[in-house]
Amino acid sequence: MIGGAAALFLLVNGRIMGASGIVGGLVDGSGKSNWRERAAFVAGLVAVPPMLVPLYAEVDTHISQNVFVIVAAGLLVGIGSRLANGCTSGHGVCGISRFSLRGIVATVFYLLAGGMSVLLFKHLLGVI
Amino acid sequence: MRLLFALISGGLFGAGLLVSGMVDTTKVQGWLDVFGAWDPTLAFVLGGAILPMAVAWRFTVGRAPKLGGTFPPKPEPRLGHNLVVGSLLFGAGWGLAGLCPGPALASVSFGGWGGLVFLAAMLAGMAVAPPARRWVDAMAA
Repeated sequence: MIGGAAALFLLVNGRIMGASGIVGGLVDGSGKSNWRERAAFVAGLVAVPPMLVPLYAEVDTHISQNVFVIVAAGLLVGIGSRLANGCTSGHGVCGISRFSLRGIVATVFYLLAGGMSVLLFKHLLGVI
Repeated sequence: MRLLFALISGGLFGAGLLVSGMVDTTKVQGWLDVFGAWDPTLAFVLGGAILPMAVAWRFTVGRAPKLGGTFPPKPEPRLGHNLVVGSLLFGAGWGLAGLCPGPALASVSFGGWGGLVFLAAMLAGMAVAPPARRWVDAMAA
């Protein structure tokens, strides 16, 4: 479904389905020229999952209850994905699939950092 | 039409993130927990998304998008410091909370206060990214 969504957005609209790029362009004003298309994508992304939630007995994101952890992580994800010009969907799904060197290298680095982050905060510091 | 298909793509993406478990931070952290109780199942989610996309990219050769315009050109294989620093910061945050931008949006309606705070912090991070980029460029120069 994720790959199908990315393929649809590419073949029909001619756009890369990268979550951080689509939203980031709305936040920092760089995507002003096609903001409606971005907003429509975000609307679908936000509104459709809750329609499917009733199909499950229980849906829990298990997100941390530590506000410092959540804020720090959110800031890192926001700044990092925009500096890198992509996140899991843009670099990982859309980049690797066209054998883009940038997408592959970005994915190696964020997976590496993600693994180190879990090692540090979960096993060494015990905050998550 | 562009808006309709953007809405459909976003909705399908969100549904996929929910069904695949990408919105479950415990599962994501299990996938990144190579040194602990590693859960490799999300590799199939990533692989399962890359495969149809690889077919789609092949299909773009010699064609144009259905609704007009041109397909995005393949970026120059240039690896700047922003790509590396940004990916490291993003990965650190992804591991810390278990949410990346897509799932943060997909789960905001049912993720409780934690999901809302994460999304707000992420959007704030995106807003300060342009000056942060200039700072990183200055440091690297």
